[in-house]
Amino acid sequence: MEILVCVKRVPDTAENEFELNSAGNDLDRDDLVYSVNEWDNYAVEEAIQIVDNVGGSVTVVTVGDDEAEEVLRREMAMGANNGVLLSDDAFEGSDGKGIAAILKAEIEKGKYDLILTGAQADEGAGQVGGMLAAMLDYPYASLVNKIEVDGDAKIKVGREIEGGNQEMNEIELPCVLSIQTGINEPRYVGIRGIRKVAKVEIPVKSAGDLGVDEGAVGEAGAKTKRVDYFVPDMGDGAEMLEGSTDEIIEKLIEKLKAKGGL
Amino acid sequence: MTQIYAYIPFKNGAAEDVALEYPAAAEKIEAGATVTAIVTGSGADLDGVANEMAKYYKEVIKVDNAALAYPNAEVVRKALVNILPADAIVLAAHDTFGMDLAPGLSVKLDSAYVADVVDFEGKDGDLLKIVRQELGGAVSTHVTSDVSSGAVITIRPGAFAPVEGGDAGGSVTDKSGDAGDLAAKRTFLEVVEAEVGDVDITKSDVLVSIGRGIEDEDNIEVAQELADAMGAVVSCSRPIVDAKWLEKSRQVGTSGQTVKPKVYMAMGISGSFQHMGGVKGNPFIVAVNKNPKAPIFQVADVGVVEDILEFMPELQEAIEEL
Repeated sequence: MEILVCVKRVPDTAENEFELNSAGNDLDRDDLVYSVNEWDNYAVEEAIQIVDNVGGSVTVVTVGDDEAEEVLRREMAMGANNGVLLSDDAFEGSDGKGIAAILKAEIEKGKYDLILTGAQADEGAGQVGGMLAAMLDYPYASLVNKIEVDGDAKIKVGREIEGGNQEMNEIELPCVLSIQTGINEPRYVGIRGIRKVAKVEIPVKSAGDLGVDEGAVGEAGAKTKRVDYFVPDMGDGAEMLEGSTDEIIEKLIEKLKAKGGL
Repeated sequence: MTQIYAYIPFKNGAAEDVALEYPAAAEKIEAGATVTAIVTGSGADLDGVANEMAKYYKEVIKVDNAALAYPNAEVVRKALVNILPADAIVLAAHDTFGMDLAPGLSVKLDSAYVADVVDFEGKDGDLLKIVRQELGGAVSTHVTSDVSSGAVITIRPGAFAPVEGGDAGGSVTDKSGDAGDLAAKRTFLEVVEAEVGDVDITKSDVLVSIGRGIEDEDNIEVAQELADAMGAVVSCSRPIVDAKWLEKSRQVGTSGQTVKPKVYMAMGISGSFQHMGGVKGNPFIVAVNKNPKAPIFQVADVGVVEDILEFMPELQEAIEEL
């Protein structure tokens, strides 16, 4: 099974308190901690487990700048066999469709049975996998939390749907799946693993290498564009309890008594 | 005047809540826009939902086909591509079905795509002005989308107020004949129902709900002891289940359980919309989180900025002394 996993370098939501820059049109990115998108980790782990069971190889790919290479190395330290960086100034400002078009060009240069993405990334759209599948005319399933490989023509996949239920489908290969967290337990990557792959060559491909029309991707090709970031006025929000811990607890207990919590 | 189509999801013959939220979204896209509801399915369930929608929409399109009996996104997409005009503005829900359907639909219609919209701010020529959130709700963004050649847009369930009334007196048009070839490379097999756990969190009036802030499996005991002192039950957010620290039946959220407690103690929970989507019935929400900017503080009634691992034992002791 030849598997490609699309990954993304994103601000780590667990490690950051997000502030806006002084102009208020972007995040203050000076001190942001970046990591691989959490959902993508599950996708890479799943790919490695499938290949461990049925053979084949795992390639990780990302669209990004020079710094995006670090997430490829991290996923290779996990056990992915190859990494590819798709990088070009012309890719800057791509919307979901732009990213999908760039990935499609790379996929058509190889021969993959299975393409995985994370179910969503930092923008919370969950769009690239479904777009990519439609562009390739491959079948697609989103929010996948179970994969059963039993042959090389079709696989069974479970989708996480509302209420904790699971929707089982049969899907023809090649296909695109977006992977939901919890499908497995991604293995720990230590410093030693990262060192092992530090010298591995990671090819970098430009729009020209991929045969991508520069006008169709990036800012130029984007129909959907982010204008700015802002902090919404949410009205009052919570009544924040202040003071020493003892004082806070005293106030909280009064409220809990009044509301039926005690 | 912009023509907007709203895809109506339904289960067991009843339309999902979002079905009545599209009109408000459409009105914010363009005041006075006409909205056509589109329902796909099969048999009596479909007819029931289509007739129900005619109370709220002037025009309803129904597409009846055995292949549409279960909403398989690939099959639904094929039908919609054959029925919708290419420059349509199509609204769907940002839920597990909408996420499966909408991105690919936008490719096949060659139109713009915007996901998980929480608000619209009207149009400026062909540019639709949109409000979204990123980074798990930590920041909001203004987005523009060029809708001159149509758009597929998913809206966040619950973000727009449901339409009142039910006296639209609309008509249902049967377009089953236009659905075309519905052969698909993905086949629906079955729905596997969630397992019932040893504790039913949906029955408890008070929930001590833990998130990432619990940090370690061993610390769950701290939350359990607080819950015991309060006569409450421990529930959790998604990361705790992903880490296999608690069973899926303890998870609150759209992909877990829907709960209606009197008091909801959100301990170290950031408060994503998927999580809060499982908290119904307007409970008294207490949020404790060491991050003062956590989105949970926007929806909680009372907030405390402290580390839950220090705060919970102290609260437990104080309650036990009452």
